[in-house]
Amino acid sequence: MHIYADNAATTKISKAARDAMIECMDSCYGNPSSLHSDGQLAAEKLVAARESMAKLLGANPNEIYFTSGGSESDNQALITGANLGAKKGKKHIISTKIEHHAVLHTLNKLKKQGFEIELLDVDKNGFVTADAVEAAIREDTALVSVMFANNEIGTIEPIAEIGAVCRRHGVLFHTDAVQAAGHLHIDVAAMNIDMLSLSAHKFHGPKGVGALYCRKGIFLSNLIEGGAQERGKRAGTENLPAIVGMAKAFEEACANMDTTAKKLTSMRDRLIEGLSAIPHSVLNGDKVARLPGNVNMCFEGIEGESLLLLLDMNGIEASSGSACTSGSLDPSHVLLAIGLPHEVAHGSLRLTLSEENTPEEVEYIIKKVPEIVGYLRNMSPVWDELEKGERKHVI
Amino acid sequence: MLYSEKVMDHFQNPRNVGKIDDADGVGEVGNAKCGDIMRMYLKIDDNGIITDVKFNTFGCGSAIATSSMATEMIKGKSVDEALTLSNKAVVEALDGLPAHKIHCSVLAEEAVKAAVKDYYDKKGIAYDEELFKGIDSCESCHD
Repeated sequence: MHIYADNAATTKISKAARDAMIECMDSCYGNPSSLHSDGQLAAEKLVAARESMAKLLGANPNEIYFTSGGSESDNQALITGANLGAKKGKKHIISTKIEHHAVLHTLNKLKKQGFEIELLDVDKNGFVTADAVEAAIREDTALVSVMFANNEIGTIEPIAEIGAVCRRHGVLFHTDAVQAAGHLHIDVAAMNIDMLSLSAHKFHGPKGVGALYCRKGIFLSNLIEGGAQERGKRAGTENLPAIVGMAKAFEEACANMDTTAKKLTSMRDRLIEGLSAIPHSVLNGDKVARLPGNVNMCFEGIEGESLLLLLDMNGIEASSGSACTSGSLDPSHVLLAIGLPHEVAHGSLRLTLSEENTPEEVEYIIKKVPEIVGYLRNMSPVWDELEKGERKHVI
Repeated sequence: MLYSEKVMDHFQNPRNVGKIDDADGVGEVGNAKCGDIMRMYLKIDDNGIITDVKFNTFGCGSAIATSSMATEMIKGKSVDEALTLSNKAVVEALDGLPAHKIHCSVLAEEAVKAAVKDYYDKKGIAYDEELFKGIDSCESCHD
């Protein structure tokens, strides 16, 4: 049994996207900036990919900038918002405590440059409200950045409401939609989104490519200087095969979005139901406003990395927010932000499904996880203390 | 691979997992907040030989593997020999650990020392405090 249940980390490329990329590499190797026939053929592919992506986001083609991925898009959007604000003497930026590091670390950099960063708290399910954003907006607020859906706990934020608040106050609004694009309906115009980041490999496209939507009239700051590619806002010869693959994968994901979501939601809820039978476990994130394929749970008395290694030995590939897997001393900042104590956050498990997963795989996971949790609890001094009543159960 | 074959072996098939109800010395180091706790149980005979050793560990793969290896390395040894067990020796016996996992081996060394200290305390055996200085300082902890 081999079950890939880490689709929030990355997805398997779709056959259509892969084929489109190979076809592009084989027959369309020209540089889109070249004036000759091969170059112009490549330029046409680039235009088509941009038009397709724009249409599916409710944007205009000239509002789509191709980048190397979600992190670059986030960096460029935040730096743009900061620069535009600074020109008007506005140096206050609002975001949340549960953003991806691509956002949080960029904001940290801006803080060192003199910007005032306000990270909003989230509630126990990971929500930030439009009211909280509105209450935080000041005269000198340059930018609001709130993620569309959280990568760890799957909570879907009220983006349209936050967008409306920002528009009403005339504040730029960016959303990191890396986990949402291709999975949830996005309409940048209707949702009053000024800038949006997405990444192809989260929706069965290739790695190393993404896009930044930037509403017309917003003057983007360059991260990379050089040629006139991407209307002078992102230099460097375009990664055409990847862009073509991304557009293809996005078309597919959007065309099948509702049927995929239905299938995933059913598997997700069965998985949550099955794993919730484990004593002293808790679901992280909201039950309903949740990414269709996301399951994130904590099991008291165990540590996530050992759980992951044992799951892997049993053919199940997943992820965790424990310190050992986060590469830092602290467990996931998202799990801490929703109020979990450190010792509980160390015992988290994230399973993220795609349409490639099957109900049979879900049943296998439901059978294996309790066995492994039980085995680890059996050798855990923390569990021993919990059982003896020397330590209080938190969940 | 993140871990050596030896680490994976000791993680998958940990030696000496369990408890000793009438242990002569029990030591616990680390804390749940940091994500690893090791508890070690020693059975020591009248000649000061460790006749049995068991462990319970809450932690990552390398925390479990270092606990397992440390128990193997001190079983059948004298208490004095056990006290000379260094984290470096545990790491070497496991064919190495990733840099950010070295603190797990420190915990293993400290767990052995804490259990011996408990044995000394219980038996009323005098010892040099210096020997156990810094145990459970949890160097990886931030507060």
